[in-house]
Amino acid sequence: MAQRSFKIWRGDKNNGQFVAYAIELEPGMVVLDAIHRIQSRQVTDLAVRWNCKAGKCGSCSVEINGKPRLSCMTRLNEFPEGQVITVQPLKTFPIIKDLVTDVSWNYAQNKRIAPFKPRTKDADGNYRMYQRDVERVQEFRKCIECYLCQDVCHVLRDHAKKEEFVGPRFMIRLASLEMHPLDIEDRIPKIKKEYGAGMCNITKCCTDVCPEHIHITDNGIVPLKERVVDRYYDPILWLWRKIFRG
Amino acid sequence: MAQATYLTQSFSGDKKTTLTMRTDRWWLEPFLTGAGFLAFVIYTTWAMFQAEYYWAGSYLSPLYSPLLFVDPSASGAPPVAHAWFGYWPKWWPNFIPSSPAILILAGPLSFRLTCYYYRKFYYRAYFATPSACAVSALAQKDYKGETHLLLFQNLHRYTLYIAIFYIVILTYDTLVSCFRDGRLGVGVGTLVMAVNVILLSGYTFGCHALRHLVGGRMDCFSCASGQEHWGHKTWKKVTWLNERHMPWAWVSMIWVGFTDFYIRMVSMGIWQDFNTWGN
Repeated sequence: MAQRSFKIWRGDKNNGQFVAYAIELEPGMVVLDAIHRIQSRQVTDLAVRWNCKAGKCGSCSVEINGKPRLSCMTRLNEFPEGQVITVQPLKTFPIIKDLVTDVSWNYAQNKRIAPFKPRTKDADGNYRMYQRDVERVQEFRKCIECYLCQDVCHVLRDHAKKEEFVGPRFMIRLASLEMHPLDIEDRIPKIKKEYGAGMCNITKCCTDVCPEHIHITDNGIVPLKERVVDRYYDPILWLWRKIFRG
Repeated sequence: MAQATYLTQSFSGDKKTTLTMRTDRWWLEPFLTGAGFLAFVIYTTWAMFQAEYYWAGSYLSPLYSPLLFVDPSASGAPPVAHAWFGYWPKWWPNFIPSSPAILILAGPLSFRLTCYYYRKFYYRAYFATPSACAVSALAQKDYKGETHLLLFQNLHRYTLYIAIFYIVILTYDTLVSCFRDGRLGVGVGTLVMAVNVILLSGYTFGCHALRHLVGGRMDCFSCASGQEHWGHKTWKKVTWLNERHMPWAWVSMIWVGFTDFYIRMVSMGIWQDFNTWGN
C-alpha cells in the first residue's frame, strides 16, 4: 500500500515547528482523514478542528501546501505522487494549538453590522417578494463561514489591518443586507468609513478560495464599492443631490 | 490496516515569515499577465510615436481614432478631409512627433487602468499586493488600499463613458472603411476592424460599473409594479458579459494591437489586403 508523507504544524501561540509524519494510504482519503489517522495512531494530542466532514460546516479550514482549503474536501490523490503535503493553521488568526486557530475576531465583526431592518408591510399585511429580487442575496447565503476568504485576504493576512477592514466574509454579509429588497437600513456610510470597502484592492483571492464558489468580489465587494462611489465620489450624482434634494 | 510510521523528521521554521508554502507554479499567472500587458504597452507606445502608416485605403488604425488632426505629408497618413479639425496645428512642439495617437490614447487607457479586472492583474503582477493568493504581499509601512492615492479608481464609471464614445467612433470608422473611392465594398481589413469593434464592445459592456449603473444599484427589481424592471433585464445581459470580463479584456486588447499591425502592414505594402475593390 502506498505511503504519503506529511509536514504538520505543531505548536502553540508562542512557538512551533513543522513535524513530519507518514501514513499508508487508502483509496478516497482526504487530508482530514490523514490528519485523523495521524492523530489516532501516532500523536493523540494533535489538535484539529472539524465537524461535518462534508464541506458544509466550515470548521476544518487549514492551509494545505500553502493554500487555504477545507481539509475534508481536499483529496490526497490530487497531489503528485511522492509530494510531501504540508498542513498548517490559518495564518491570519492566532494559533491556539497545532492546526486550531482562534477565529473569534470574526464573530466580533459580525456583531458590528446593523441587522436586517424590514420595510413596512404591504396593505394586506404581507411582505411580497419575487425570485428575481432575492437571487443575488441567495448566493451570499451559501456562505459556510469557513473564513478561508478572511485568511487569504492580504489586507488582514499580511498588512494586519483588522481594525480597518472587516474582510470579505463580512463584505458579503453587508452585501446580502444592502441588496435585500425588504431591508431599509442604510449601511453605506459605515461600509466606507468603518468596514473599509476602500481597503480591498479586488485581487480576488477571496473568490479563488471560496469552497461555496461565491463570487465574493464581483457580486459582493465591487457592487458595494460602486454604491460607495454613488454616495461619495460621483461628482454628478453629488451635484444632483445638492440641487434637487437640498 | 495501514501501518503508521512515527515521527520520522522534524522541521523548524516560522510560518509568519515565509513568502509562501505554496508548491505550485503560483508565479506563472502574474508573470504571463504582467509580460503580456507590458508587451502591449511597448507596442502601442512604439506605434503611437511612429506617426505614419496608420491609414491604408479606407482603413484607419484604432490607435489613431478619432483622428483629430492630421499631417498629410507623413507616409501612410490619411487625406486631411478625414481629420475632425483639419491640418496638424503649427504650434505643436517639434520635439514631439505629430502623431494623432498621442492626443487620444489616454481615453481608452484610462478605462483599462481603472477597470476592476485590470486592477486585479496589475496589483498582482506589478505591485505584488499580493502576487498570488497566500503569497506574502510586498511589505508596506502603512497599506491604504484604494483609500488615499488610489481614490481616483472610483472614477471608473466616467472612463466607461469615454470608452463607449470610442466604440461609437470605431463603429463609424468601420462603416466608413466600406467605402473606397465612392464604391461600397469589403476587405479583410474591414473584417479585422469589425471584429475589433465587437471585441471592444464585449469588454466595455461587461464593465462592473455599467453593471451597477444599469441595475445593480437597485435593491429590488420588481417592487415598483410587481413587473420585472427593464434594469433587471439589462443587468442580466451585462452580467453575462461581466462573468467573462477577463477573456474579453485580453482578447480585445490583443486585437486592437493586431488591427493596428494589420493596417500598418497593408499601408507599408508588406501585406496584401484581399478586398472587393481590387486594390
